[in-house]
Amino acid sequence: MRKAIVFLLLIAITSILPTFALAQAKIDVLVKNGTPNTWFKDSVANNDVLIKNATVMTAVKGTLENTDILIQNGKIAKIGKGLTAPAGVRTIDATGKYVTPGIIDCHSHSMLDAINEGAFSVTSMTRTRDMLNPTDITIYRALAGGVTSANLLHGSANSIGGQNTTVKFKWGHPVEDYPIPDAPPGIKFAMGENVRQTTQSPQPGRALRYPRTRQGTIETDRDAFLRARDYKQAWDDFKAGKTKVQPRKDLELEPIVEILEGKRLVHAHSYRSDEMLNLLLLADEFGFRVATLQHGLEAYKIAPEIAKHGTGVSIFTDSWGYKLEAYDAIPWNAYILWKNGVVVSINSDSDERMRRLNLDAAKVEKYGGVPEQDALQMITLNPAKQLGIDKRTGSIEVGKDGDIVIWTAHPFSVYSRVETTMIEGEVFFDRAMDSQMRLDTANERETLEKLDVNRAPGTGGGPPRIPAEKRRGERDEAEYGDGGNR
Amino acid sequence: MNKAKIKSKKAKMVDFVSASLRLCGLILLSGLIVFAQNDGAEQNKTGRAGTFAIVGAKIVTVSGATIENGTVVIQNGKIAGVGAGIPIPSGAEKIDGKGLSVFPGMIDAGTSMGLAEITLAVNGSVDLTETGTMNANAKAIKGIHPHSAHINVTRINGITTVLSVPNGGLISGQAAVINLNGSTPDEMAVVREFGLVINFPTIAFGGRGFGGGGFGGGGQATDFTEAVRRRDTQVDELKKIFRNAEAYLRAKDAYAKDKTLPYPATDIKLEALAPFLRGEKPVIFTAERERDIRGVAKFVADMKLKGIILGGQEAWKAADDLKKNNISVIYTNIYALPVRDDDPYDYLFQAPSKMQAAGVKFCISTGDTGPEVRDLPYHAGLAGAFGLSKEDALKSVTLYPAEVLGVADKMGSIDVGKVANIVVTDGDILQPTTNIKYMFITGRMIPLTSRHTELFDSFKDRK
Repeated sequence: MRKAIVFLLLIAITSILPTFALAQAKIDVLVKNGTPNTWFKDSVANNDVLIKNATVMTAVKGTLENTDILIQNGKIAKIGKGLTAPAGVRTIDATGKYVTPGIIDCHSHSMLDAINEGAFSVTSMTRTRDMLNPTDITIYRALAGGVTSANLLHGSANSIGGQNTTVKFKWGHPVEDYPIPDAPPGIKFAMGENVRQTTQSPQPGRALRYPRTRQGTIETDRDAFLRARDYKQAWDDFKAGKTKVQPRKDLELEPIVEILEGKRLVHAHSYRSDEMLNLLLLADEFGFRVATLQHGLEAYKIAPEIAKHGTGVSIFTDSWGYKLEAYDAIPWNAYILWKNGVVVSINSDSDERMRRLNLDAAKVEKYGGVPEQDALQMITLNPAKQLGIDKRTGSIEVGKDGDIVIWTAHPFSVYSRVETTMIEGEVFFDRAMDSQMRLDTANERETLEKLDVNRAPGTGGGPPRIPAEKRRGERDEAEYGDGGNR
Repeated sequence: MNKAKIKSKKAKMVDFVSASLRLCGLILLSGLIVFAQNDGAEQNKTGRAGTFAIVGAKIVTVSGATIENGTVVIQNGKIAGVGAGIPIPSGAEKIDGKGLSVFPGMIDAGTSMGLAEITLAVNGSVDLTETGTMNANAKAIKGIHPHSAHINVTRINGITTVLSVPNGGLISGQAAVINLNGSTPDEMAVVREFGLVINFPTIAFGGRGFGGGGFGGGGQATDFTEAVRRRDTQVDELKKIFRNAEAYLRAKDAYAKDKTLPYPATDIKLEALAPFLRGEKPVIFTAERERDIRGVAKFVADMKLKGIILGGQEAWKAADDLKKNNISVIYTNIYALPVRDDDPYDYLFQAPSKMQAAGVKFCISTGDTGPEVRDLPYHAGLAGAFGLSKEDALKSVTLYPAEVLGVADKMGSIDVGKVANIVVTDGDILQPTTNIKYMFITGRMIPLTSRHTELFDSFKDRK
């Protein structure tokens, strides 16, 4: 049963065209030849696994040499030396390798077929959950960079944007398996250049959208919260029997009421320190806490204020200068915030950068000398805290989910590579498995290219049907230097 | 012979420079006395000249064996000595190299340094793209802002030299090789007018193709045959420009010999093509896909040019054509996603090792406009994680780019006589955790400050 599921996963990865005949042929080939990693070949009916003899960077209790980790029923069951595999548990020899918790990207638009609903200034009714594309190849590439979880956010075109989804990258699983069931819901806010639509100029016949300034942006927020407060009052009155007519359900205001009730996390895209302060003051006015300032390029300028509010900051480790509001960003941002006691995470906001967040964490050691474990926490435990999933993931501790990355060398070394990435003990990326799959993919491609239908024009084939080079959804923050809405 | 020629031509210049350096030394010396109590005040942002000896360090020469415990002497802007136990000139400022490593300054051959301060929505700071399709006479050196904040931010991560490339149109203009130090573009210039940048027409088909090359295509073709036809038309257009320039230059030559011929009116743009047309200077073609790179190779062969590829995702696949035509590659795709969904996840990380194996001359570049050029060592390091040896990874951002840029006689390794572009670190220069301790550009000790260190100092202790 388990074997069949793993095979199906393989097929999902390798098949560009889900032809059953090809799929069957691939299964036959794999069954015949096996794969280089024997545990896969002899895979047992569960995801229980014993990782032997690794250098384990726990992210909470330091680095443990020559240590074993037992994962059973998706959870870390034991951490120690000289553990033996219970019956039916496969073993991975990680001698000479490093093990870290799965990386958590606190700002991503991976999997999203659309990112910005930009028509209104408040689009709190929209949900990234409705946009998830589980076949997005960037998921697999992120796994190959050690990322196991991500905060999939709406874009930054609105003062108040859409609702987020916190997922685990269970590549090959049905889309329903991706959202983390007990992750608290969140919502995107935004301030600054994107919201005021800096790059847009007036077009004939098209009015500019309000707001066009930072002054207007914060008033848009205030207006939304005032309306949400009234709305809540109307419902409270109705529920208390003070009014007879049931208020109409308002999909825009419901999530904002949840913010007021402390049930929904605010992830606020912000660059300049003054706009961050605007929001923190607004949060004081309405009695809620901002969960994270996203990007927070100038957060270092107001680290004490942010610390006082108990707000987290999720940053690029060192991006700067790509727009005016990014001109004062410095690579010591993480260090200054950390020194002030702020919970800092390092995100990618990019399908490309997501693959090398380990190196972004390494840079925090360079800029300010943040200790190794604290730097590692910025891509593991801290984003888990910011997303409210730290009870289950973000560190290597007994009882937490078996979200684990095995590296060929210290993850802060530029020469290290991910060997294996697992979520709840299930392997979603494995370098050896990948080597086999790429051969199969190449063969499949070659076969397909020889088909009549795919022959070059004028060589006797039918009309050409060459697929577009890459599916390109709107990439809100993801594109570098090409005028993206970052 | 070549060297002698350069010497005789530049003898005066060298005298002048060394005289200036001596003068600077004197001025700085007096500065030292006056401001001895004031840390760093003697250093202006272009650093200070002097005679320096880095003693007892690990010397990673790149060109030869690494010296575990050696000395590097910097004098008159040049590397004057390298080795274990070599004599130190009297009066040299000694730098204790214990526990430190010395590397040649890194070189990024694919930036647009100084041409754009803030690319998005700050148009006044962007001098990257001239209007029109044919700008052979546009020269990056005339647009480079020597006081861009990117320059100091970049160099204090160990990058001492870059190629700055204009873009846009079909023929974008001429790229410049610059050192990341100097108060004027001329002080920065290593090769003022190095290569001509051409966005080689690509087969733009379906979706959004990549490379962004081509011009005036009127949108993308919906059909492959049509896409090929459009590409061919554009390549023909390009050839026509070159043929026009040939004809123009022939007319000029003819007139020079025979003044009875009609005088050919000067054409500033065609005139600018001359050194490239004659193969005296290289043409830099942006191209990514195998078919486009092979297209470049054919063009280079047809027109008898000196070619360089900028981009080069699939250059390894066209190794035969590239080697046959002596075309090197400035590879800019480490921080990039594979284009096709079925490409291996490490397709672009592996490309440098594949070029190395196939014998293609290449170097690794960030391909970044300016702000992220400081990440150059990590681009090389990642190639090192995926097949390239650590030694070749280091070469791919030092000696190899120097070779591609034709300045390997001056820089790219630690050898006596080369320009003193030197970086002293506390570890492997390609590692993100490594710190730069000292650096020298043309023998000047560069202050390790930037817009970023200044902002850091302003806010780090705010309560």
